[in-house]
This record gives sequence, C-alpha cells and structure tokens, in this order.
Amino acid sequence: MSAAVAPDEIRKHLVKLDRSRVCVDPNDIVEIVESVMASVHGDSDSINVKLHEEITALAAYIQQAKAEISSIGADEIKHKFIPDAAEELSAVVTAAETATHEIFEAIETVEALSETVAPEAANVIAEAATRIYEACAFQDITGQRISKVVKMLERVEHKVGAMLAAFGEGVMPPGDQAGPACKPAPASAPAEPAAPNKDDELMNGPQLPENAMSQDEIDALLASFD
Amino acid sequence: MAAVDKNMPILIVDDYKTMLRIIRNLLKQLGFNNVDEATDGSQALQKLRDKEFGLVISDWNMEPMSGLQLLKEVRADTKLKELPFIMITAESKSENVIAAKEAGVSNYIVKPFNAATLKGKLVTVLGNF
Repeated sequence: MSAAVAPDEIRKHLVKLDRSRVCVDPNDIVEIVESVMASVHGDSDSINVKLHEEITALAAYIQQAKAEISSIGADEIKHKFIPDAAEELSAVVTAAETATHEIFEAIETVEALSETVAPEAANVIAEAATRIYEACAFQDITGQRISKVVKMLERVEHKVGAMLAAFGEGVMPPGDQAGPACKPAPASAPAEPAAPNKDDELMNGPQLPENAMSQDEIDALLASFD
Repeated sequence: MAAVDKNMPILIVDDYKTMLRIIRNLLKQLGFNNVDEATDGSQALQKLRDKEFGLVISDWNMEPMSGLQLLKEVRADTKLKELPFIMITAESKSENVIAAKEAGVSNYIVKPFNAATLKGKLVTVLGNF
C-alpha cells in the first residue's frame, strides 16, 4: 500500500470491503487509516516507509491473533465444550429433581401411614417429614445456581462465536471458511442477550453466603418501613 | 384479626416443581389443604382473576412474568389489591427486599427457609391459627 493513496481511493476499497460483508465497520477502518496517516510526518518517501511499517505491523498483529485463537481451539470451545458443559449441568439438575421427587413420594407414603399409628409416633413422623421437606429445598437452590452458570456459559459461547466470526478464515473450521464474511449465526448459537430492564436487574438468583442477607436481617429491614 | 379459615384457597407460585411440592406439603402439615399452583406470574394472575384466593405465596425469579411483576399487577387490580402476598425467594439483596416492600409485599421469606419461618410469616400475615 502506498501512503500516496487518496482518501477517496481508500473509501472505494472500503465500500468494496463492505459489499463483501466483512465483519468490520468501515468507519472504524477509515478512522484507523486516517490516524495512521496523521501520525506520520516528513517527506513522501519517509511517509511511505512509516506507513508500510505500520500496516505491516497491523497485519502481523492480526495474523498473530488469528493464530492464537486457532491454537486455543475457539471453534471447539464454542461448538463442543460449552454446549457439552451446559448439557451436563442440565442433566445434573434433572437428575437431582428426579431424585428429590422420589424422596417426596417415599415420605408422602410414610406421612399417609402416620394416620394409622399412635399420636406420639405420628408426631415423630411429621417432624421427620418436615425436616426432609426443608432439606429438599437444596434442589431448588442448586437448580437456580446451575441455571446461572448455564446462562454465563451461553454468554461466553456468544462472545466466542462473535470472535470467530470477526476473525473468520484461519480460525474457522474448513466447512466454515468462506472468508471473514458476516455469516448468519448458526441455529445453535445463542442470541445476544436482550438488555435487562430495571425489574430484570433484580433477578440474580441465590447469592453467595457472604453477599446474602439472613432472614433476621430481612425482617429488620421490613420492620424499618413500619 | 378474625380467625384464620384454614380452608381458604391459597395460590403458590414457583417455576420449580420441587419448591411447589415442598410448600404444598408444609402448608398441609399446618392444616392448609386448599392449595392451588401456578408456575409463573402470568398463569398466577389468570388464576387470581378466575377464582377468589385468600393468600398468594410466590417466588420472584420466574419467566415470563416475575413474582415482583405479579405483585405489582395484584396491587394495581382493584379486586385483588388487598390480597395478602408473601414472597418466598432466593433473592436476598436489600434492594430486592426494598423493591418488594415498595410494591406492597405483605412479607418476605428468603430461601432456603424452614417450616417455622413459614408458619411465623403466615401468623404475621393472616393471624394466629
């Protein structure tokens, strides 16, 4: 590339680039090129040399980034590791839920029998059943925690997908190497999460113990309104 | 406060079947057997408009309609606005409690909870039973 290339010529190239559906905002490239051109001073030859060095360094940087993305297996992360991890976590939730309801079936059967035993024994059964119900709340809490992790994985999957689409050739699998064009996201790719509204921002699920208010603290806060 | 009618219909709302079953069983142990269920706010709102209930016990984090939105809808409805509404949720930040209180929640239970806490809140909201 020559430093003598006129901005109009650059823009023509960018229009062409845009028509090829490359995932780069042409305005960003204009900004980059103009900033590079503004950064060079001196006669025409030194401008040529300096600009060539800058562009060469930029190209090397992009190639290095593509090589690094390729070496970490970003495509495999997006298409295999993250979906597999989400699937495994969902299986954990399902298994825990199934087991919990088995426990419920058993204790409800025992509770039904308590009507046929002495009152003292019935009380013991009722107390034991209560403790079992309380303990089984773990499934609700763990389920919510795992759902949070799955949502985080989906966000990572989306970001990795966006990175793959941006760098295109060289990091995409052979079947996907149609150049760095903005292809439609595959059906399995998660959509960009919608911006949360004020109420959505209050839905964070279970907190870690050090961040959670206790029931006593909540009661005190509620009482402060009276 | 009038005596609590243990036959009054109670609507419990949660998107986890496990939690619905836990609350239903704990209510049953306390003598409340007339319990109906919904799995999100919009389903709950429809049931509340179709039938008269004496109490709502709702989770917060549900889709498409959250427990907070359900609470706001209930308080904005002239026929439902006085309905006792207890939130049972894992949302345990002060901003959640404040938002629920400002929306008109009757009481607030943080998960995981025990039977004694549930009973205590029912007494606070409904009276002794």
